[in-house]
Amino acid sequence: MTSTPLLEVKDLCVAYGKVEALHHANLKVAPGQIVTVIGPNGAGKTTMLCAIMGLLPKSSGEVSFLGRSEDGAAVEHMVGLGMNLVPEKRELFGEMSVEDNLLLGAFVNYRRGARDHGETMGRVFDIFPRLKERRAQQAGTLSGGERQMLAVGRALMAKPKLLLLDEPSLGLAPLVVKEIFRIISELKRTGVGILLVEQNARAALQIADYGYVLETGEMALEGPTKILAGDPRVIESYLGLGTCGVRV
Amino acid sequence: MDLQITLLLGQDGITNGAIYALLSLALVLVFTVTRVIFIPQGEFVAYGALTLASFQAGKTPGTLWLLAGAGILVALIDLKIALAAGARQRIARILLWNLGYPAAITVLIFLGKPEGWPLAAQVLLSLALVVPLGPMVYRLAFQPAAEASVLVLLIISVAVHLALVGLGLLFFGAEGSRTPSFSDAALQLGSITVSGQTLWVLGSSLLLIAALYQFFGRTIYGKALRATAINRTGARLMGISTVMAGKLSFLLAAAIGAFSGILIAPITTIYYDTGFLIGLKGFVAAIIGGLASYPVAAAGALLVGLLEAYSSFWASAFKEVIVFTLIIPVLLWRSLTTHHVEEEE
Ligand SMILES: Nc1ncnc2c1ncn2[C@@H]1O[C@H](COP(=O)(O)OP(=O)(O)OP(=O)(O)O)[C@@H](O)[C@H]1O
Ligand SMILES: [Mg+2]
Repeated sequence: MTSTPLLEVKDLCVAYGKVEALHHANLKVAPGQIVTVIGPNGAGKTTMLCAIMGLLPKSSGEVSFLGRSEDGAAVEHMVGLGMNLVPEKRELFGEMSVEDNLLLGAFVNYRRGARDHGETMGRVFDIFPRLKERRAQQAGTLSGGERQMLAVGRALMAKPKLLLLDEPSLGLAPLVVKEIFRIISELKRTGVGILLVEQNARAALQIADYGYVLETGEMALEGPTKILAGDPRVIESYLGLGTCGVRV
Repeated sequence: MDLQITLLLGQDGITNGAIYALLSLALVLVFTVTRVIFIPQGEFVAYGALTLASFQAGKTPGTLWLLAGAGILVALIDLKIALAAGARQRIARILLWNLGYPAAITVLIFLGKPEGWPLAAQVLLSLALVVPLGPMVYRLAFQPAAEASVLVLLIISVAVHLALVGLGLLFFGAEGSRTPSFSDAALQLGSITVSGQTLWVLGSSLLLIAALYQFFGRTIYGKALRATAINRTGARLMGISTVMAGKLSFLLAAAIGAFSGILIAPITTIYYDTGFLIGLKGFVAAIIGGLASYPVAAAGALLVGLLEAYSSFWASAFKEVIVFTLIIPVLLWRSLTTHHVEEEE
């Protein structure tokens, strides 16, 4: 990583009450780079993303975005700077149409006077033709896979500089997973930085440039994905036979 | 009760029902977006009507001092926060809206001599004075507790209501006011006469409801408010700030309240505390809609208006009792028919 990182997380600690869920996490994402964080259930992956995004308060540490330290900034502020999260729970607007959900993804840009949401939506429909077919349907009635697509599409509507993805493959059929990962690697080419949290370690390590392994709130391992994928500890715990890519 | 009286009472009921419908929509809006049960809604009704009456009497309405005072408080708080965060670019906006705007209104009132203005201009000036109090009340009383429970927000709401009623007495005194009718025209429908003001109330209410419908269905800000009501976290992740949504919903509620007051001031004498009872009837309607459904709330409002009109004929002493007792069967029916839906995901 030679260029200035898009996102730099230093010594980030997060606690729920007195229980620390994340201890001194360090991490960097450069523009046009896919960085993945893998780890078992309850490792603190979602916690980390929420703290970076400003959804959860941090107990200590620093989050810098675009070279500026954002201390205690609220979610809305981070979104305004170009950081977007596709949350684990998706948080769609269930009683609104697919089209309105997408439109609201462009809210920040609209508020600043941009009126190109129509074109952006066209591009999102090119990526997810299924959403175009379902544009008038209520988001709450979509299938699991379609909801995932909508959540990603909605985040893309904001034209993010950094996209945080929390388990985008969760509960999806293998073919759809493949499709989602193909889309993620295509996004990378447009210069977007991507921080990808996954339990599907095999797929994540395949498309990412750099990876971290988070275990019980601590960064246990890190390295370029080619090296990480060959690490015996990773192979045993995350790529081992029988459990590969399968969510328990 | 002959047909003539039935129709007359029905006309009364529908007129009042239209006002309750407007207020109930505002209450549903504020509750779904901010979780605040907006008790002070009625004070905006009274402030709107009495501010207009003051202009017409050639007096300076006390609400002007409230606007100035609230503006100064908001400016002080927001400036302190902006300076602490090093956000200098926000300073101009804070000064403009919280000090500049009230100052401009003050100048307009003292130099413009609004008592000689046409009614429409007086109405606009009254709205321009009272409506900004909505977002200021949100900023001062509710924003600091935005994450608190519904109960805490309700307690704040009651406190704000009491404070605003007290201020209303201070500003406008204990005497009531009635403003002249918007038009003297009347419509002859068979044997009954529909007054011009009734037509104004019905027409404006329908127009306002249609406008709100368009706002929520077509504009991105309207959709943003709905999104906040549906999923607060999801909305924040789209950059729709809870504070912005809160201020916007309070702005709309204040506008609806103040305008309702102006609409009914020619029909009913408005006292500093009249708003509370009117707001409460809007609240009964909102409850019928489960504090969630706009169409059911509007239908409920019509029911409340009609019930009130007919009971004032049959048992005028028990008019209010009958209206508020309506809430009991409604709550029973609601608790029997609504199944508690599990929180989505
Ligand atoms: N709101 C909360 N209150 C208390 N503890 C919490 C809360 N949210 C998460 N935790 C705890 O923090 C730890 C980390 O949770 P987190 O959701 O970040 O894990 P994760 O790595 O995202 O797991 P998964 O892969 O299952 O999504 C877990 O032990 C969890 O029980
Ligand atoms: Mg998680």
